[in-house]
Amino acid sequence: MSDTETQPEGIEVTLNGRTIEANPGELLIEAAERNGVNIPRFCYHKRMTSVGMCRMCIVEVDTGRGVGLQPSCMLTCSPGMTVDTESEATKAAQDGVIEALLINHPLDCPICDKGGECPLQDQTMEFGPGESQFLEIKRTYEKPIAISDIVYLDRERCILCDRCTRFADEVAGDALIQFQGRGNHTQVNTFPGEPFSSYFSGNTVQICPVGALTAKPYRFKARPWDLQKTDSTFPNTMGDRIEVHSSRDQVLRLMGVDSDATNWGWLSDRDRFSFEALNHEDRLRSPLVRGDSLGNTDETGEELVATSWAVALELAAAALRSGEPNSIGVIGGARLATEDQYAWAKLAKAVIGTDNVDAQLDDGLPAGLISSLPRGTVDGATAKGSAVVLLADDPKEQFGTLYLRLRHALRNGDITLVELGPTKSGLAKLSTVHAQPVSGQVGSVAAAIVSGTIDQAVGGVQPDTLAAAVAALDGREVTVIAGRSSLAESAAPTIDAVAALATLPNVAFLFAGRRANLAGAIDMGLAPGVLPGRVGLAEGTARFSAAWGNVPATGGHDTRAMLEAAAAGTIKTLILLGADPLDDFPDSGLAARALAAVDTIIAVDTLPTASVRVADIVLPAAAFTERDGTHTNFEGRLSPIVGQVGSPGTARPDWMIAAELALELDADLGFDSVESIWDEIVATIPLYAGASRQLIAEGDGLVIPLQPIDVTAFQTPDVTEVLVLDSYSMRLVTERRLYDNATTTQHCASMAHLGDDAVASLHPLDAAALGVSDGEYVAVTSSQSTVQLPVSVNSRIPRGVVAIALNRNGADPRQLIDHGAVVTDVRVATP
Amino acid sequence: MSQAHLQNTPGYVNNEGMKIVTSRFGYEDSFTIDRYLATGGYEALRKGLTMAPGDVHGEVKNASLLGRGGAGFPAGVKWGFCPPGKFPRYLVVNGDESEPGTYKDRLLMQRDPHQIIEGCLLTCYALGLSQCFLYVRGEMALAQERIADALNDAYEAGYVGKNILGSNFSVDIVLHWGAGAYIVGEETALIESLEGNRGMPRLKPPFFPAAIGLYGQPTIVNNIETLANVPWIITNGADEYKKYGSETSPGTRLFAVSGHVKRPGVYEVEHGVTTFRDLIYGDNFCQGIRDDNELKMFIPGGASAPWFFPEQLDLPLEARSVGAAGSMLGSGAIVVMDETTDAVKAAARIVRFFSRESCGKCTPCREGTTWEEDILNRMLSGKGRPGDIETLLKAASNISPGVYPVAAWEEGGLVAVPFPPKQTTICPLGPSSVAPIASAIRRFRSEFEAKIDEAAHATIEVSVGGGS
Repeated sequence: MSDTETQPEGIEVTLNGRTIEANPGELLIEAAERNGVNIPRFCYHKRMTSVGMCRMCIVEVDTGRGVGLQPSCMLTCSPGMTVDTESEATKAAQDGVIEALLINHPLDCPICDKGGECPLQDQTMEFGPGESQFLEIKRTYEKPIAISDIVYLDRERCILCDRCTRFADEVAGDALIQFQGRGNHTQVNTFPGEPFSSYFSGNTVQICPVGALTAKPYRFKARPWDLQKTDSTFPNTMGDRIEVHSSRDQVLRLMGVDSDATNWGWLSDRDRFSFEALNHEDRLRSPLVRGDSLGNTDETGEELVATSWAVALELAAAALRSGEPNSIGVIGGARLATEDQYAWAKLAKAVIGTDNVDAQLDDGLPAGLISSLPRGTVDGATAKGSAVVLLADDPKEQFGTLYLRLRHALRNGDITLVELGPTKSGLAKLSTVHAQPVSGQVGSVAAAIVSGTIDQAVGGVQPDTLAAAVAALDGREVTVIAGRSSLAESAAPTIDAVAALATLPNVAFLFAGRRANLAGAIDMGLAPGVLPGRVGLAEGTARFSAAWGNVPATGGHDTRAMLEAAAAGTIKTLILLGADPLDDFPDSGLAARALAAVDTIIAVDTLPTASVRVADIVLPAAAFTERDGTHTNFEGRLSPIVGQVGSPGTARPDWMIAAELALELDADLGFDSVESIWDEIVATIPLYAGASRQLIAEGDGLVIPLQPIDVTAFQTPDVTEVLVLDSYSMRLVTERRLYDNATTTQHCASMAHLGDDAVASLHPLDAAALGVSDGEYVAVTSSQSTVQLPVSVNSRIPRGVVAIALNRNGADPRQLIDHGAVVTDVRVATP
Repeated sequence: MSQAHLQNTPGYVNNEGMKIVTSRFGYEDSFTIDRYLATGGYEALRKGLTMAPGDVHGEVKNASLLGRGGAGFPAGVKWGFCPPGKFPRYLVVNGDESEPGTYKDRLLMQRDPHQIIEGCLLTCYALGLSQCFLYVRGEMALAQERIADALNDAYEAGYVGKNILGSNFSVDIVLHWGAGAYIVGEETALIESLEGNRGMPRLKPPFFPAAIGLYGQPTIVNNIETLANVPWIITNGADEYKKYGSETSPGTRLFAVSGHVKRPGVYEVEHGVTTFRDLIYGDNFCQGIRDDNELKMFIPGGASAPWFFPEQLDLPLEARSVGAAGSMLGSGAIVVMDETTDAVKAAARIVRFFSRESCGKCTPCREGTTWEEDILNRMLSGKGRPGDIETLLKAASNISPGVYPVAAWEEGGLVAVPFPPKQTTICPLGPSSVAPIASAIRRFRSEFEAKIDEAAHATIEVSVGGGS
């Protein structure tokens, strides 16, 4: 905002006899609420377009043309407007609306999940006439019908407020539920044969003002007045703000909290219903060690048997003591709370003395690169006049609420979006430019766009598309959402693209990794060669030698190097912090060889993953609803995680495990609570100075760094050479989908079955050239392996590409990836 | 095409008055381009193209051509409401005539489609538009066919399309058939429907079509009959037009008379000077009530209008006087009911229409109109209860609070309450359902009470011992 711009004047409105000041363009219902006058409403929702449908917010207004009844959700405040929300006419109109809403509403409140937290119930008590004169027969429908795998619709209870249908159409872009019929027979329903299979369907349940929409995981589970409620943060990339609802020491549902800076009250279904996994009987509840089938501890045993913490920690400490620090590696930790990450970084780097620490599984970007670039914010990315470059996983599949925020900004025409991914994202219909560079060549495409070299095609992108991309970014503040969109290409092309984009003026980055607290992990030093506070080993040695007493002398391995060293026998002990290399590391063969070769695997986790099952020592951790802590989202925004229920068995927070393990190693981390860790973080990391827990808990959290910092320049590598695709081959691209075989998803009864089987997605023309159609099998052959899987024809995929989603039933595309090459080319043939 | 297909539909009655929009109705082939050209067709367009667009607009404005869709707003003034500099802008022609009792636009479309097309072209020229959408009600098969044929002929003859008559002026006219919803006659719902959405009204403000209309662009929505007047005004001039009708309502107007009259039909009469009595009893017009019965009541402006009674017969057919007297002239549909009519039944029949046609958007209308219908049906089926009249009025007041417009009735101590009613809904459909209820209960309360009384004294036959 320039200095000459003056603050716009407030608009004076007379509300119930007193003068209030409304903001320019503000709706009457909002202005009144800000000034302490609550106008009743059902259909109005501040994150969606007003429709003026329920008529409940009707009030008596005089805009200078005489007194009339107007819906306050549709009326923009204008100077001199006189409003009476308490007049007889207002009351009569509101009573009339309540009466009309209730004549067909079944009064089954005693068995309705909404009873007790129902806006219709509450407003009937507050505003309605209190007595019905309706003697006719009520409208009836079949009691709840399943409109999707998760959501049930009871049309008798529905008051047709258009909230769910508006959300589906306007916010989520899945207009799968609509009004049907008219007049008194109007109903919300799905189209025949097309369920409401939206990734965001749970939000409609949350915003339904009656009990018409219910979600399977919560149906008949509790009464609202029995619930304990706490504000917390969902550990995902956006750091969505939530309210955790529990009863009898069990989490029963998660509700989105409207935070201006992050999720606006929305949640993706995978996150909203993920609490089912926390209550799953498979949760790790006591430490496990190797033993025999009789449950006796035995280091060479085939089974994992329960034991005490004392025994498990002693065994773990023994394994850690048995070798050189460099023979120990720590993988994972990007899913922990920030305090856990600090405690584990301190344990690994100061107590154990190893720099073989990496929170990422060779599926991200180097910590040095991430630390060296200015961080953006979601608000900045979606601000009017901004531009966004998408260089990461499809937000719709992986970062649900970020997708909703971007979608909103695009629909409003606020921003431009340049997609540089190898396939079209869920935002493709709204994006300004979809360049679709040939996989592997995104670096040169980004360089061409940045330098304005658009006279010839680059990386398969035509000059007019390049020109459109240049125009879309020109003169705008640019936010790059960066990550790895396909694991079939190495990190190098993405690094090239990031390095090129970093030279744009006014550019900021949001590194969107899959794991929730990647930003925290990097800030806390859970990466090779770095120490907490985004400093390199060399830079930070002085400070942390003083604070910690000891830091590793030389830089360590990243995860790939650790696994290679483990397979070669030089790393003998691996600690897995909520990491599952077997299912999650791109090179599945290497992961299997490494885990088979090491002497000891110590796994800290909440659920039995594939890697946990082969571990020697398993330490059960507490989940985010069971402990306090702090979450760092990809903007560097700190927000509180608040524990509310007990952990299963003796599971405990990750930081506590680190502290106990240190004690077994005769060291004291000096932590006896989350607060004590945070105090040390604030004291030792300059970036975090002043970030008190109190500030973090206020409002939308606190974005780190508090002050702009000079970031160290990242050493830009040479631009990677990529082989040109020959005309007999296709290029392999891996994708990620919302519902897959992720351990958490598979432990949620409502969602485990929602993922489809793996398919080979092809462009229609490529499919036609091969003579295959949907569902027919093809063989995909790379230099590494051959897999057979059915075809899905999809124009989202560019020509010359075969896209396969990771981690689904059926073929595993990781088998095809050539890890020695920048890209993996494959032959696709009919078997 | 069979010859039968070409025959004109009944409905129009040729009276000996001034004719502006029905001048060709007497010809069997009035809808063909040949007949149109032979009777001065497209001459107004030729003349208009020699004038500056602003002068064409000015001529219509000077003529004080009042909108014929129901609200009676001056068309020339409406045309001036588009925010300057915002393009593209559209003309939408509302041919979704569905008010019970109204069938004048249908006849205009069936019998003189070229006149409408020419009106559209002149309007587009006056306002600098190049795109016109003609929305025809879904059920009007013959009108659709004739409009489509006429438009094809006009395109072929070079009256519509690119560089019309060799000028720089180009217009495309797009035809759109409705899917059969009364509410789509409401202009904002019509725009929603044109955009491919459910026909549900938008709230004004902010959605005044002239500012934010079709696809969010400035849009002029005009009625068929309004546009049919435009060619005549351009050919003959505003001053000539104003020689007919009254000072405030110049020109002629079509009235569709139905119900218990001897000669129902559509009549073109001078606007504002003819009275209801002239129209219903005049020899030149409807020639009185059937079987020479007494007039019980009549609806002056379509089913949405509050009822009038013999006291109001001498009012002129002019929007302002009718509004002041407690009803509305609306779309020019007069429904006459004689002494044999059951007031409760008549009210129930009209309420049923509105409850069936409610779009379902606003709560009071969606729930309230069905409630009204249910109560009335119960009364008619002999199951009325004491208190039903009060409940009916309460249900109605949820949709239209306050005192509903009513005609004066000296004997009953009623003073006229002027139109329009208050409403808790977006559009007037809901409040329209209250018109027959308020009118009938105020004037014929005894008939309602009789129904309730009858139910209270009804004997229920009970068979004993298995009966015979």
